[in-house]
This record gives sequence, structure tokens and C-alpha cells, in this order.
Amino acid sequence: MSTQGYGNPQSAVNNYSMSSAQNGGGAATVPCQNGPGQAYPAMYPPSSYYSSAPPAGYPTMTGHSAPPAGKIPVSGTDYSGNYYQNSSGPSLYPAAPGSQTAAHPYSTSNAPVPSLQQAAPYAMPAGYYGQPYSQPSHGQTHAQPQQMQPSLVPASSSNNLGAPLYPIVSYPSAPGSSQYGTLRSSQTGIGQPPVSTVMPPPPTQSSLQQYSQGKGATPTPAHPGYGAPPLSQTPTVNGQSNAVQQHYDQNLVNPMGHHYSGAPPTSTGPNTERTPSGTPGASVHSSPGHHQGLLYADRGVNNAVSSAAGDHSSSSSDHEEEDEEDEEAGGDSSSTTTGSASPVPNSYESLEGGGYQDLAAPPAGVPNKQAPPFGYNYPTMHPGYQQSPAPRPDSSPAHGGYNPSGYQPYSQPFPSLNELSSALGGLSGVPELEMETLRPLNLLQERNILPPKQASPPEPNLSSDLRKVNCSPDTFRCTLTNIPQTQALLNKARLPLGLLLHPFRDLTQLPVITSNTIVRCRSCRTYINPFVSFLDQRRWKCNLCYRVNDVPDEFMYNPVTRSYGEPHKRPEVQNSTVEFIASSDYMLRPPQPAVYLFVLDVSHNAVESGYLNVFCQSLLDNLDKLPGDTRTRIGFVTFDSTIHFYNLQEGLSQPQMLVVSDIEDVFIPTHDSLLVNLKESKELVKDLLNALPGMFSQTRETQSALGPALQAAYKLMCPTGGRVSVFQTQLPTLGAGLLQSREDPNLRSSTKTVQHLAPATDFYKKLALDCSGQQIGVDLFLLSSQYSDLASLACVSKYSAGSVFYYPSFHHIHNTAQRQKLQRDLQRYLSRKIGFEAVMRIRCTKGLSIHTFHGNFFVRSTDLLSLANVNPDSGFAVQMSIEESLADTSLACFQAALLYTSSKGKRRIRVHTLCLPVVSQLSEVFAGADIQAITCLLANMAIDRSVSSSLSDARDALVNAVVDCLSAYRANGSNIQPSGLIAPAALRLFPLYVLALLKQKALRTGTSTRLDERVFSMCEFKSQPLHQIMRMVHPDLYRIDNMTEQGALHLNDSVVPQPPLLQLTAEKLTREGAFLMDCGSVMYLWVGKCCNEMFIRDVMGFPNYASLPSSMTEIPELQTTYSERTRAFISWLLESRTFHPAFHVVKDDAPAKSSFFQHLVEDRTESAFSYYEFLLHVQQQMSK
Amino acid sequence: MEAAVFILSLVDCCALIFLSVYFIITLSDLECDYINARACCSKLNKWVIPELIAQALPTVLMLVSMHWFVLLLNLPVAAWNIYRFVKVPMGNMGVYDPTEIHNRGQLKTHMKEAMIKLGFHLLCFFIYLYSMILALIND
Repeated sequence: MSTQGYGNPQSAVNNYSMSSAQNGGGAATVPCQNGPGQAYPAMYPPSSYYSSAPPAGYPTMTGHSAPPAGKIPVSGTDYSGNYYQNSSGPSLYPAAPGSQTAAHPYSTSNAPVPSLQQAAPYAMPAGYYGQPYSQPSHGQTHAQPQQMQPSLVPASSSNNLGAPLYPIVSYPSAPGSSQYGTLRSSQTGIGQPPVSTVMPPPPTQSSLQQYSQGKGATPTPAHPGYGAPPLSQTPTVNGQSNAVQQHYDQNLVNPMGHHYSGAPPTSTGPNTERTPSGTPGASVHSSPGHHQGLLYADRGVNNAVSSAAGDHSSSSSDHEEEDEEDEEAGGDSSSTTTGSASPVPNSYESLEGGGYQDLAAPPAGVPNKQAPPFGYNYPTMHPGYQQSPAPRPDSSPAHGGYNPSGYQPYSQPFPSLNELSSALGGLSGVPELEMETLRPLNLLQERNILPPKQASPPEPNLSSDLRKVNCSPDTFRCTLTNIPQTQALLNKARLPLGLLLHPFRDLTQLPVITSNTIVRCRSCRTYINPFVSFLDQRRWKCNLCYRVNDVPDEFMYNPVTRSYGEPHKRPEVQNSTVEFIASSDYMLRPPQPAVYLFVLDVSHNAVESGYLNVFCQSLLDNLDKLPGDTRTRIGFVTFDSTIHFYNLQEGLSQPQMLVVSDIEDVFIPTHDSLLVNLKESKELVKDLLNALPGMFSQTRETQSALGPALQAAYKLMCPTGGRVSVFQTQLPTLGAGLLQSREDPNLRSSTKTVQHLAPATDFYKKLALDCSGQQIGVDLFLLSSQYSDLASLACVSKYSAGSVFYYPSFHHIHNTAQRQKLQRDLQRYLSRKIGFEAVMRIRCTKGLSIHTFHGNFFVRSTDLLSLANVNPDSGFAVQMSIEESLADTSLACFQAALLYTSSKGKRRIRVHTLCLPVVSQLSEVFAGADIQAITCLLANMAIDRSVSSSLSDARDALVNAVVDCLSAYRANGSNIQPSGLIAPAALRLFPLYVLALLKQKALRTGTSTRLDERVFSMCEFKSQPLHQIMRMVHPDLYRIDNMTEQGALHLNDSVVPQPPLLQLTAEKLTREGAFLMDCGSVMYLWVGKCCNEMFIRDVMGFPNYASLPSSMTEIPELQTTYSERTRAFISWLLESRTFHPAFHVVKDDAPAKSSFFQHLVEDRTESAFSYYEFLLHVQQQMSK
Repeated sequence: MEAAVFILSLVDCCALIFLSVYFIITLSDLECDYINARACCSKLNKWVIPELIAQALPTVLMLVSMHWFVLLLNLPVAAWNIYRFVKVPMGNMGVYDPTEIHNRGQLKTHMKEAMIKLGFHLLCFFIYLYSMILALIND
């Protein structure tokens, strides 16, 4: 799947490149006019662009805003139109490979249906039940909507499509439960009969429900529910295949596909339902798969029939928003909105189950089946563990006993739990659940503590209803999934409390809601969400501040059922991630157009590195993919010791270059034609891009006036806001913001303090704040071979919500890996979704408060983050404290609302709500610890500390975090054996991750690390989403020379092998093998000296080890099964990734191997502990 | 002469009291979202140096006029002001940095500091007043 996502763009690239080449030929002859001597005024035709544009823009805007008011049209388009096109649209089918058709029959109610009815699938489940572990996991999954299921789903769907090896069965653990109670879970199995294909896997809940009822009992074909199946299931089918299909369409059909291209192809659910009737249920769709499943289950056909009742959506507008608008609306500039819908054409995507895990998880299930004997399972919160069989037999003496106990009790309580009302969510915890994550482990004796597959995040211990609607852990994650009741309790646990957010990530499905009234709490302004409680029909109680609010009339109408008086079934209340189309109340100025300015270093150093060629080519290729509409504007500024502007006014025969040499007091030579409409001036832009690399090839200018160039960019962008992309290749040496080299190379490997991690000047910070105020985001690309003081330069992006990219020792010829990385990064960067003039507010339940923020943005007031630009690849983190006791509540909620202007000029609000239980026992706090989130938050805190205090302080603090936490656990546990280093199962990876953190470039000492690389690594920690950070901290290591089909995933028509994760130690490497290490932004393929000849021949394409070149950066496409399998695996790893990692083949004897070995964090290095030593160290510290 | 020293200190102290109140008001405005971090910090940073000087002035006066007790009272505060000013990292925009003021409870720390200073200045105010009256009587 993944490859396609990427492959496609590439094909596009090719096309472009050809054309661009042609252009290039032509353009070469048309050099820009050069030279300071030009008289500006004379040369320009009075460009009308600027003067006319803004005024024009405003009026239109009003016109535009009108439509929303006319509810009907808008809603109609958004819901039905978009929705259908994208998700369920025809494109799905055509695109889908033949195999998919198997799945589709559903809609027609063909073979598949019968099979369902026959309950053939059931037989298999029965078999599974026999196995102890499977059931518990069900119990779990049952309740867990998003994460677990999705993860399973994709697998299943893929199975369906491909080979029916792994049938998916839905388990009815909760017979009596309401529709909500239904659980979906999928089971995979080997050697299952083809029936599996039929199984509409975890399809809709409806199907599950039916199963559940039938469960235990014989599978009666005649199940009541089944009469409806064709209808109700259809959605599922789509949903399932969706994963695959959508993927295709995005690529094929949708130019905007980039938005989603990065997104995990798998969708949780069928949110795209295509009802046979063909009428879209408007807002209904918006609800993610689960709900739909639910809704459908209940309503059966009804739903299908309900069409987009556009009308309801309108209704009285209320104005509550006004006040907030100021706060939330960002700035003030101009422009109109276009009619075309969101950048997200598919307004209808629902929550995703979680992209990454989806992919990762399925495999986990597989091994389960295979190795029943080892199939112990943690019944509780760690889905990852649940799914995984014991990694290795030796690893778990302790596990043995667990199966039965964990399993039995678990399956029982569940049905009843389902019946608990959501209000009791927090109380529904089953003690047994916690037992498993609390199971004490002696870390000193556990040799293999890694789960064999990537672990998915712990599930909050909520009632199934709440779990189902809770926010995806990919978007919103809390370090403690059980929130301690008081600060005292939190202090006792010695764990940090915080949230990790990835609010703007690419979603495959997202409900988009257009309505005049966005329902919010009157006092705290919280958006209505699934966790509010309805006191009665007309009143709801805010879950953050507990104020009772009225339900507005408009909200009473439920477009899903076209019925009145069911406010609790509205999509806002059924989904924890929704997007609203905001009215003009949320604007301080008309939504701005997409404006892109590129600021390019053209000094000698820059020309020498050759990045201009790469950049110009990439931009030419992606010019049409820049997100935007007809108002999109683009401009270029280049600089060396002077600043050059380019007049690209439509009608000119060639671009004109205007040179400003007064860098002390930069001015803009002409206001009109420097930022031009991309559509109108496309030819000129292309000419310029073709000519640019050649224009400066003879330059002798070595100075760099970055500061003045940035000031010029600021002045240029001031009126509109937008995105500035800065390419810099050396230390700025002229004008404002000049920097001195601060690095002493001799101290690179010092074990003492590392200096100069903080910026040298406040120039860049001030500039960034100015930019932020004018809604300008600055992205920095640093391609430099020497020290460039990234610590200072990065400030310009940090506080203007930009991103930082760093390519050390970039050279377009001598460093192919970096060149390829730049190309791929640019490909993604230029085409990814973007939100302008954004603000994000994070609200939490009364009693909790945020005290520290991490990420790239400016904190404008206590809970308001100002994001000039927001991009789908940046993550944020916040630390929280508990100010008042939460004793009187059982649930804590967090809501992140991101208000932004889409590249199409629409004001939108994306709202995520997370709900977690509040607990009063220390043991429960430990049981709910999410170790990955904790690690990321600690990393952020450590980086702050190393900048504000010193690196050694930060490192000590990290070690102390482990020591304190484990001491707290020991002090708490009464029945724990005194010897050894005891940790609860939930925290068993804590020491390992902290050790890995200490060995990161950002925080390590004693190893030669360039200052810029260290600072860049810090920037990454602060701005990357969790998954990316975790891969950086603790890369995944696989042995890939002996991958077998055993346990493989079958996706489409390819087979994706699933080798187990290996511990990061050289002990796991053998000379006979080839190992793949996935570090997120880099992948290493380490080939051992005695590696299997067949592998080298069939996969690497060389006759033997000796002939392997030492710098390979990709795996050739060979037509052997071996090669196909390997490539399938690698592309499967990549598919949910937005940025393509650099790929290095490392030979055992190559000097480059040190870069590979430095990631083996469990091993000892000259200056750092091995894992075992670290454990001893921790133990020693604890006994002090 | 002695009376003049205390009168001067008294006036200075009044100014400092007003300044502390201003700091408290501005910070609490920020806490309540009435102004944004940038505006708040640029307002406050303007007054950091005046405050520093105003605090150093009585300290020097006491040193010159050899009032050791009052000197000892003032010295730590003056030293703290100077320390805080000198310790501002190069990349920051002053003692109050808009990008950090919402982090790590800095806002609360600043608030606490302003409160303590207010208390201190009030104490000083009465000491100066008392000393001034004493000096005037003695004269």
C-alpha cells in the first residue's frame, strides 16, 4: 500500500520533470536582468495586482460567508458531495485491485453475506476461544474502539483482499449489551478457511452485535440482525476496503491527495459508507466507523435513507462565539474564501483508528495464533502486549501462570460493564485489568523485554461506550492513562503528567460539520463533545467546567435520523475528533490566501553545494501541488551580501531581478509584483526556477545577509501572512542578526558541559514573534557543512510555528543520501497540507492546568498557542499539574481545538477530545502509565533543562526520573520481593528508553557530536510527533535475510513478512545475517560479512559481499521473490510515514558502520552504560 | 543631612512601591488573558533597569551615610536585581521573556517575586519614615 502512496507522486514527478526540462532549455536563454543599477520604477508596468486585489478580496469574502448561512447548499456539498466523492466514491473501486472485489460483494449481498449467515466464521472463533489468550484480548478490544480495533481491522481487510489466510472474527463478548456494547474484534488465524474472506471482518458493529448476540450460542444464520446486513454492512465493507481503496484514490484521483497521502491508509472503520440508496446520510457519516456501525445497527436501513438533511444545519445562529473570536481568531488580513471545499475534500472522514499502529498491530495478532503455547497475554491495558505472544520462551517464566487467570475473570465481567452508563466510565475498571500492568518484573532478570511487535498504547480504563468514542492515541495521548486524583498522588508516583498532541495530522477520515451554531459551553467555551452529559433533552452539562448549558434548537435536530430531539446522536457527540466549518464569528479578518515565499541563499557556498538545482527542480515538479486555490500567491527572494527580489508580474516576458544592496535598512523595492498570483504568473515562475540555478553559478560572493533577507521577507509578507521557506547554507555574516562561530571542535566529545545550546542573540526570536503576530510562519532549511549556529537560527522557526530541516554536509553530488533526502522532504513539504493563521487552545477539566508547553509555537496566553502556520507533521507536548483535587469527578477530559484557515480559504476548527479516568490509588496510576508518552515528555523536559541549565543536569534528571519512579513503586508495593530491580510491567521499558534517550545525539556526552547536529536533534524532539520520536529514540531492528512467510501479512497482492523486533544490541547481530534498523528519519541495512549469498544476489543485486558498494542508498527492484518480499516489508514500514527516511546500506567493514552501531543503545560504549550496567546503576541509586 | 538621605530614600521607596504594584497588575493581567505575553513582557522589561537603579540608589546612600542596618536590609535585594539582570541568557528578550513566561510556572514565580518586593518596599517605607522623623527630631 505504501509504495503506491509514494509511488504515485513520483510518477507525477517524472512528468513534470520532463516538462520542466523543456522549460529549462528555453529559460536558460532568458536570464533575468541583473544588477543593482536598475531603475525600479521605470521598469514596472503598474501592476494592478496588489492594489486591486485586497479590496476585491474583501467583498468576495462576505459573499462567501453567506453560503454557510444558507445552510442547505453548503452542508449539502460538504457532506454529501465531498463525502461521497472521496471516500466512497467510485474511485475506490476502480482503484482497488482485483482482490478487493472479494470484499465488495457485500454491498451486493452476494456470497459474503451468506457466509456470514452461515456462521461459518464462527467455527473458527470457537477454535480460538479455546486458546486462553484470545478471549481476554477480546474483552479488551471490545471496549476499545479506536486503537485496537483499527489495528486489527486493516489486517483483516487486507487479508480479505489478498489471501484469506487470516479470517477475522468478531467477538461477541457482550451478548446483552446495547448496541454500544457490541464489540468488534478481529482474530487472525493461520490456515483458516477462505471463509475468512467472507467475514466482513470487524466490520461494522452491527455485524458484531449480531455476533455477539449469537455468541456462545450457535451461530444462527437467521439472526435477526442479519436480515439487514446488506445495508448495514455495506458501510463496513467500504470501510474496510477503504484502507486500500482510499489510498488509491488519493493518489490517483486527488491532487490534494497529499493531504492524506501521508495518512495511514487504514481507516478505522468504515466511515465511508455507501448506502445502497445512494443518498448520503449527511452528518451522520461524519461519525467514524464505529459509530456508524452503531447507528446503523440500530437504525438499520433508516440511516441509509436519511439523506443529508441540509436544512437542519442552518437555524438560528448564535453568537456566542463572538467573544471568543478575538482570542481565537488570529489576525487581520485579507482575502476571500473560495467556494471549493476544504482542502480535505473528503469532508467526511471519521476518526481514524490510528494510522501507525493499525499497521503495526495486525502482525502482532498473527503470531498469537501461531504460537499458542506461548500465547500468554496481558489482559489489560497494553494492547500491544496482549496481542503478542511471549516474545521468546525464555523471557517469561512469570508469564506462564497468567493465561488462565487473566483470561477467565476478564471475559466474565465484561458484559455487565457494557451496561454501565457512560457516566460510570471511570469506575468501570476491572481490578484484574490492572493486575497485569502492575505485575512486578525483576528487570535484572528479564533479558528480552521488548514486545515482539510494536506496542500499541495502553487503553484508558473506561467504559466501553467511552472507549469507543475516545480520541485516537495517535492524535492525543496522555502520559498517565489513569489521572491521579490529587497533586500529592501524582507526586508520589514520580511520573510526569502531560499530553502529547498531534492535532493536525493527516486523517483518512474526519467528520466535518457545517452548522450555524457551534455548540459550546457558555462559561469555559468548550466545544460540545462525546463526554458531556445530557441532563435532559434541552440541557447538557459541560464536562470541563460542569456548567449546565442549554441545547440550542438547531442542535435538537439530528440529521442522521432526520428526527428531532436526539441531540445525543449528533455527530459532534458521537465523535471525539470533528471539524467544524467556522462562521465569520471566528475571523478577525477574511481568511487569508495561501502565500508562499521562498528565501534562498545564493552565496558562493550555496551554489557550491548545489542545493539550488534540487530545490528548483522539486518546486517545478510540485508547483501544481502546492496547497491553495486560485488566490495562491508565490514569491522569491534570494540573498548573498545583497538581497534580490524578483518581479514576476503577469505580462512580463521574463522575470526581473531587483537588487537591494542597502542591508542596514531593508526596503521593498516595489509592493506590487513581488508576490504574484501563482495561476496567473505560472510561466514566469517556471522560467525563474529554471534560470535560478544558472544565474549565480559564477558568483564570488561569500557573505550571507540572512537577517536582512528575513526582515525583507517579513515586510513582504506582512499584509497577508503565509509561509516563508528559508534556505541557508552558512553562518549569517552580514547585517542584523549576524552570528559568530561559537563551536569549539575540541569540545565536541567533552563529557563535561556542552555550551552554546541557547541562542546567541534575540534577533531571531524577536523576528519570529513579529512574524507570528502577522501570521507568518518561517520554515528553515539548513544545508551546511560547517557550523551555522542552528541554536540561534532555529529560533526563527521555533516561535513562528515553522519547521526546521537540517542537512549536514549537503552536497548534490558527493552526498547522494542527503540529496535524496532533501528531494523527498521537499516533495512532502511542498505538497503537504497547511493551515494558516491558526491558534490552538487546550482546555482541561477544572482542577487541571497546563504549566509548560513544548513545541514550535508562541504561547500567547495561558492556554492559547499561536501558530502562524500549522502543518500535519508537527507534534506538541504540554505538562500539566493538578491544582485542585479531582476527587469529585471520575473522568478527566482534555480538549484541543485548532482554529485555522485552510489553504482553500476556509476557516475551520478541528476539535479533539480525550477522556481519561481519575483514580485514587497509586497502583492504578502506575498501571495506567504510557511509557512511550512518558519518554517523549521526559525528553522534552530534559531538553528544556539542558538549554536553561546544563546538559549534565538534564542527564541527571533523566536518570533520577527512573530512580524516583521505581523507588516510588517499590515503596508502594508491599508484597514485592526485596531483591532485584522491580518495575511494574507497564513501566518495564522505562529504564531502557531512558538509557536510549541518554544516548541520543541531543543528550549524549563523551561522543563526538557536532553542536548543530545536537541542536537539531533537540529541535526534533520538541517538534516531532510521538511515533517519530520513539523511532528515533529506540529504533526498530529486524533481521531480514531470513524472513519467512510465516505470520506474514497479506496486503493486496503482496506478502509482507513480519520479522520480530530485536533488542538493540550487537548480541542480536550475526555475520550471517542482514539487519534492518528503522530510526524514523534514517534506515540502515546492515549486511554481515558472511551474509547469505542468495540474499546479496537476490535482494541487493550484487554477486557477493565483496562487490557491494559501500554507499548504496536504495534496494534495487529485482524480480525475485526474495527481493519482492524485502521491498514489500520496507515499504510496509514506510507507508504511514510522511517523510521518506534516508536509506543506507552499511557493510560490516565500512567506516559508516559506526553510525549504525551508535543506535544499538543496549550496548556499552566508551562513555555510556550498557543496559545491564544502567540497571545496576539505577539499583544502586535506589538503595542510597 | 541625615534627614535628606532618608527623605530621598523615602521618595525612592514610594516609586518602588508603585512600580511593584504596576508589575503585579500587569502580570495578573497576563494571567487573566487581558493582554498577551508579548505586550506584557515588553512593558515590564522597560522597567527592569529603572527598578534596578531605584533599588541601588538607597543602598548606596546608606553605605555613604553609614547606616549599616538599612544597608544590610537593602543589599540582598539590590544584589538580586543585579544578578537577575546579568543572568538573562543572550537569546532572551529581557528578564521577562514572552516565549518563556508561560512555561515552568515562570509567571507564578514572577508574581511571587513582585509580591515579596512589594512587602519589602512597604517595610522599607516605614523604616525610612521612622528614621527620617528621628533624624528630623534630632536635628
